[in-house]
Amino acid sequence: MQKLIFPALLSLLAATILQPAPASAAETGKQAFESECSACHLAYDPGFLPQRSWRAILGDLPNHFGEDASLDEATLKQIESYVLANAADANGRNPYWLRRIPADKVPLRITELPWFWNEHGNRLRAWARSKKAVGSISNCEACHRGAGRGRFEDD
Amino acid sequence: MNRTMHRIMPALVLGALALGQPLSADPARDAIINQLKAEAGVSSFSAERGKQFFHARHSGGKPQTPSCATCHTSDPRNSGQTRVGKVIEPMAVSRNPSRFTDPKKVAKWFRRNCRSVLGRECSAREKGDFLTYLSNL
Repeated sequence: MQKLIFPALLSLLAATILQPAPASAAETGKQAFESECSACHLAYDPGFLPQRSWRAILGDLPNHFGEDASLDEATLKQIESYVLANAADANGRNPYWLRRIPADKVPLRITELPWFWNEHGNRLRAWARSKKAVGSISNCEACHRGAGRGRFEDD
Repeated sequence: MNRTMHRIMPALVLGALALGQPLSADPARDAIINQLKAEAGVSSFSAERGKQFFHARHSGGKPQTPSCATCHTSDPRNSGQTRVGKVIEPMAVSRNPSRFTDPKKVAKWFRRNCRSVLGRECSAREKGDFLTYLSNL
């Protein structure tokens, strides 16, 4: 009998240890954000825009820059909590890319921030539009190969 | 029958069998199409109508996306491109066997893209024709 009990207990213990921990809400939100948003474009880091921008964007997904990007309510909530927790001004942060944006303005595009204009001027924008493989200045990865991993310091 | 004929006969038989099978054979995809048949109250869909629907320039939707072909290109066996340059895997099942096997994904993209392109939801018959075209291409 003992011969049987020990292996049984051992396998039970192994099953308990090896079972993957249930994903935390933050992890679920991050995964939903990455898989849903990157279906059409680079999942732009939430840290580029303030919370008021993300509220406006996520509040109007059926009219998302010329396309319907609507989501089911549950997925939308998961993404919203992740994005707001990681927005540029979350936890009182004030990074330099938020400077010169009046408090009553709600930028909807990273590409309209004054900081972005300084880094990518008219000539670069025109070049991006003219290249079919690039398409637009919103296609970060065309030039910043590490953009998908949050790396932009390669220019 | 001459000797050559004897030699190639097995290949001919296999080929005929393969052609007799719908290209789309996948239980999950068949279930989606059957569900649409029930909704539309029809017993079959038309690949030809699906083809016309795919390539047509529709009105009523968003000006950036007048047609399925805007992003999926005029040959759905090829990869497409989103408006910000991201690659879209081919729509044709022959090039992308996992297409139309996840009902939630299919419902999500019909909802979004029908609204973007036509400015309304698609009917069950339009969806069925579309899937039939792309499953047999």
